[in-house]
Amino acid sequence: MNENTEVNKNKEKPATTHKIGIYLWIWGLLFVLSFFSYMVDWYQFQGLLRWSLILFFMFLKAGLIMAFFMHLFWERYALVNILLWPMTAIACFVGLMVAEGKYTVFTRLIYFVLGE
Amino acid sequence: MSDSSLENLPKGWKSVPSDLGSDQTAFKGVQWGKAMMWIFLLSDTFIFSCFLISYMKGRASTVVDWPNTSEVFSLDFMGVPVPLLLIAIMTFVLITSSGTMALAVKYGYEKNRKMCGRLILATAIGGLIFVGMQAFEWSKLIHEGVRPWSNPFGAGQFGSYFFMITGFHGTHVSIGVIFLFIFARKVYRGDFDTGRRGFFTTMKSDYVSIEILGLYWHFVDLVWVFIFAFFYLW
Repeated sequence: MNENTEVNKNKEKPATTHKIGIYLWIWGLLFVLSFFSYMVDWYQFQGLLRWSLILFFMFLKAGLIMAFFMHLFWERYALVNILLWPMTAIACFVGLMVAEGKYTVFTRLIYFVLGE
Repeated sequence: MSDSSLENLPKGWKSVPSDLGSDQTAFKGVQWGKAMMWIFLLSDTFIFSCFLISYMKGRASTVVDWPNTSEVFSLDFMGVPVPLLLIAIMTFVLITSSGTMALAVKYGYEKNRKMCGRLILATAIGGLIFVGMQAFEWSKLIHEGVRPWSNPFGAGQFGSYFFMITGFHGTHVSIGVIFLFIFARKVYRGDFDTGRRGFFTTMKSDYVSIEILGLYWHFVDLVWVFIFAFFYLW
């Protein structure tokens, strides 16, 4: 028939479902990773070790949620690109504000602390 | 767009210019509501990023010591102060509700009405517990004298960032809980099996709505992952 009937037929069809195992695995992993990131605070790791561990567990958890719970892993590549490339703008903004924050604290130390 | 023609389309990198430069449908095979939810979530990502970047800048540029979050957010358990106890429980509750939501989406697509409805209800209850614990945390800190302009623990900016960031996230959770209850009712009533038309729209209900609702809920969990790392642990 023509294309329109095919469109309607496809709408009624459920999208691809995935095995329950994959969800339970990701679920379990998220619990374990959250436990580990809590342990970072529990054992009071400090300095570079603390920050790198926090970031590592954070990005791993975020990646698992986005890829599997939000199905981005199976999503059309064009959509994935539209969603992930704007994140570089956020990364640039973070970089700018790190520099700005350092400058602000520098001027404050000079005028507030040394000034007194 | 039938499945066979979807397979004939370019894949990988080539799909990006071909999809975006095509007529009518920018993202082939992606339901429009789902694409729109993703774009909304992208804009929400920018809002939360601005909050967290502002917090980073404020914390980096203050000359007063930042409050020690493991002490501020510790909770007495049988007389012993446990650092970040409530926050850890909140994190696990939110992850649990994210897991039940993921399963609800799966059962929805399998047209398993009862399991889908039960799991959405479980997700909503998880969200309610989360908001309840957040309200408890807020009132505890307010009793201890934390205000948006000052607090007894250290730098004055702490309170304003805390109330702003967790408040905005809590609002997202609360709105999510309302929608979860509405959708649990719709699933139980069988709206998605009969294709009953929705309240705000003349379009037929479809189980893809559960996936869209799931995207929102997982996003709320995702934001909490970042807040937990940057605000509570850092």
